[in-house]
Amino acid sequence: MADVLLILAGCLVFAAFALAAWRFVKGPRALDRVVAFDVLTIISVTGIVLAALITGRSIYLDVALVYALLSFLGVIVAARYLEGGE
Amino acid sequence: MMSGFFDTIGALMMLGGALFLALGGLGLVRMPDIYNRIQAGTKATTLGTLMVLVGAALIMPSWSIKLLLIMLFLMFTNPLSSQVLARAAHRSDAPMTPETKADRLDEDAEDLA
Amino acid sequence: MTALTLVAAVLAVATLGAALMALTTRSTAIAVLSAGLVSLFASVLFLLLAAPDVAMTEAAIGSGLTTFLFFFVLGRIRREGSK
Repeated sequence: MADVLLILAGCLVFAAFALAAWRFVKGPRALDRVVAFDVLTIISVTGIVLAALITGRSIYLDVALVYALLSFLGVIVAARYLEGGE
Repeated sequence: MMSGFFDTIGALMMLGGALFLALGGLGLVRMPDIYNRIQAGTKATTLGTLMVLVGAALIMPSWSIKLLLIMLFLMFTNPLSSQVLARAAHRSDAPMTPETKADRLDEDAEDLA
Repeated sequence: MTALTLVAAVLAVATLGAALMALTTRSTAIAVLSAGLVSLFASVLFLLLAAPDVAMTEAAIGSGLTTFLFFFVLGRIRREGSK
């Protein structure tokens, strides 16, 4: 029961991944791509936690911790760069 | 292997969080302008990720310290990056959808300057 | 285990697509963002191939620090050039 639910959750996370990647490819302006990059990073944190749960290794959570700490730096600097025109 | 009561509750919560993530991705594709995209892509995915982490903590109680730390960092950094993105979009005059009724930040621009 | 292998294969294709986008785009900002996306996908791929230490290094250096450094230097160049 719980295993099936986990696999279903993995499929939904994968769908979110594909949709955000589509926005990254299509996005008309550079800022749309920055938003898609941010969302892809958040989805990756979820995917890493799911992979840790499926394989049963807690060391994978450290990678998710690094992402949660460092992902916003690139987004903030990119947004500050794109503020002054493209 | 996983058949306890908390395991099922945690798996259901993870499924709900994954549903919020998928809806956020759908909003990211379907929304007409960048402000709506920031709204859909950041708020919905933050809630979805937090629900997934809570579900993982219910399934594996011994990991809850690390999961709590990840939740704390996500709650610090996600609203920050969303606010900076919205400010950058407004300052670089990103086009709004024609259905936009009011732009209070533009009306207050001379007060802030 | 086969499902994880399938996800790893899709991630490899996505990494190739992001690298191709970084090569073919005309804008510098989009190229830097695509390079960061290559690092993100490669890091998740390394994690799925059971190498968490490599994935951690790739996440910190590739996705975090390189994007930060590129945009910081681009902003500095623009500010110095307009002076």
